[in-house]
Amino acid sequence: MSLFEIIKLALISLGRNKLRSFLTALGIIIGVTSVVAMVGLGQGAYNSVQENIAKMGTNLIMVLPGAASKRGFHGPRGSATTLTPEDSQAIERECPSVGLITPIVRSGGQAVFGNKNWQTNVMGCNDHYLQIASREVDRGRFFTAAEARSGQKVCIIGMTVVENLFGNLNPIGQTIRFKKLPLTVIGVLKERGETSMGADQDDQILVPFEAIQRRILGATHAHMFNVSARTPELVETAKGEITQVLRHRHRVKEGDEDFHIRTQEDIAEMAGSTLAIIGMLLGSIASVSLLVGGIGIMNIMLVSVTERTREIGIRMAIGAKTSDILYQFLIEAVTLSCIGGSIGILGGIGLSKIISYFISFSPEVSMPAIVVSFIFSGGVGIFFGLYPAWKASQLDPIEAFRFE
Amino acid sequence: MTQKPLLEVRDLVKTYFMDGVSVRALRKLNIRFYEGEFTSIMGSSGSGKSTLMHILGCLDRPTTGQYLIEGEDVSGFSRDELAVIRNRKIGFVFQGFNLLSRTSALENVELPMVYAGIDADERRTRAMQALEAVGLKGREHHHPNQLSGGQQQRVAIARALVNNPSVILADEPTGNLDSYSSVEVMDIFQGLNSRGISIVLITHEPDISLYSRRVVRLSDGVIVDDYQVQKRLIAAEEIRKLPRRDSLEEQ
Ligand SMILES: Nc1ncnc2c1ncn2[C@@H]1O[C@H](COP(=O)(O)OP(=O)(O)OP(=O)(O)O)[C@@H](O)[C@H]1O
Ligand SMILES: [Mg+2]
Repeated sequence: MSLFEIIKLALISLGRNKLRSFLTALGIIIGVTSVVAMVGLGQGAYNSVQENIAKMGTNLIMVLPGAASKRGFHGPRGSATTLTPEDSQAIERECPSVGLITPIVRSGGQAVFGNKNWQTNVMGCNDHYLQIASREVDRGRFFTAAEARSGQKVCIIGMTVVENLFGNLNPIGQTIRFKKLPLTVIGVLKERGETSMGADQDDQILVPFEAIQRRILGATHAHMFNVSARTPELVETAKGEITQVLRHRHRVKEGDEDFHIRTQEDIAEMAGSTLAIIGMLLGSIASVSLLVGGIGIMNIMLVSVTERTREIGIRMAIGAKTSDILYQFLIEAVTLSCIGGSIGILGGIGLSKIISYFISFSPEVSMPAIVVSFIFSGGVGIFFGLYPAWKASQLDPIEAFRFE
Repeated sequence: MTQKPLLEVRDLVKTYFMDGVSVRALRKLNIRFYEGEFTSIMGSSGSGKSTLMHILGCLDRPTTGQYLIEGEDVSGFSRDELAVIRNRKIGFVFQGFNLLSRTSALENVELPMVYAGIDADERRTRAMQALEAVGLKGREHHHPNQLSGGQQQRVAIARALVNNPSVILADEPTGNLDSYSSVEVMDIFQGLNSRGISIVLITHEPDISLYSRRVVRLSDGVIVDDYQVQKRLIAAEEIRKLPRRDSLEEQ
């Protein structure tokens, strides 16, 4: 009997009990749907995080105050005050692999223009920031090195700030106030949207470091440095050089550092491994339902073998071999689970589409995920169909024949 | 006889063990069936007729003793080897028809050829021919529940002969049929036998045994009588004597 004929036979006998076959397949359908959707969700989250990290620039290095902790990016912001603008200048001078560097301070507060105000973030940085963060100016211009050095009261604002303070007005040349400090708008940042964590990257005001550091914060330290290596290949070298310089300046020994350095790769890796774990967790929870679906198949196949004992007896009397009966029932189980799997894949794709309306990133159902799900549901059919099929094939022809 | 026997059992013993009790269904039975024979096996209920037929049909194995088909001892054959023998050399007809339900007459007849690995086109042609031979042309696509008992039994006969077996084994094939259908079935058997096909038929009814050529009588698992039929009936003639049936199914 050819495989094609066995499959045809399986479809015919499954078709005889349509409702039962459907309910049995439903277990697999639900299982595969949730596996595909969950894996798609995990993959989508992973992609979006990686994409955002890549946007930060591949040769980005961040220098943060406080010792490196394994658990997160950094401790409470501003808790350590070890990084100074002088450190930043020293790094610029002494590290050959470092291309550009900017000290950064951040502050949140009300920005006011006319009778409008808006709760936003101000970031103090130097003229290299734009390039290091790979952002662009949409209208107007960024501040110059001279303006940065002398701490001019100018600012570049993000689209969200423009919308909320100016509406349709041209913001260039206008003066806004942030914590009583008047700032002249000289440029608007090109829109970038939200990060995967949901932070609005357009809700920002960029100001020369010197202008904000003392006048607003009354502080002498920087919250962090953003550094770019000369080339992506030099990232690790630059990291080493910065470590040397800062150790020397802060007079600390190896292992005692009061700062830590994260490259873009470190961040991507950390975010990636966290998401991979979450994805695997989601996937394995979903596969439990696939397992339950498999048990359902086994149950129905056992019932079916008992019900069809007489049919099996007739087939054996007429010349069916052990393997003929085994394949007949096995392929019936596999056909059932593969049909369930196919519907489940479509369901999973559909569910991901629905989910994507509610979240900021789009779940990605990849081809390998589809192929693996399909093979896996086939595997479930083989695994759970094998015992009932084997039982059928081992029936004694006369006993099967006499069965009423 | 100098002719080689088609089927031969030697010292055949079949004992069933059930709940610690053993039932000796066949006790040292010896019998030979030759090519072209038409044998009736008779005997009271429980005398071992069906047990003998199951062994002759390779559905069951002897407890002790030998069973030879065309000179080959099949007593030690494996499950699958026996399946091949059943498929190629034996055709079964049962009292209860044993057709696959919800499967057309044509597909039922095709089934033995499916397991013989014959391709679909040839299967179809041969199954059509077999159904025509048993007078069921036009009924190919009916399911068993759309056919009368006599017609179902004729489908079963078509199925039994479609692989050109050496022998057809029939266990009370007329047991569930009225006298008219019974004679029709015997007519088909006589037709097949006249074409050289050997038939072993189990029956309770002495009338039916008169259509065969040889009668073997079993009692308590041994043969007590074995003779040639003297005044053999011809089914085709008997049908004419019976009142013509007025059923619709002949349309
Ligand atoms: N599977 C079995 N298990 C136990 N005993 C059995 C089994 N099959 C048959 N027997 C016994 O073997 C003996 C012969 O049975 P068998 O079916 O061959 O009789 P039979 O001649 O065909 O009778 P009938 O005319 O009623 O069909 C009986 O005593 C029966 O009870
Ligand atoms: Mg019997």
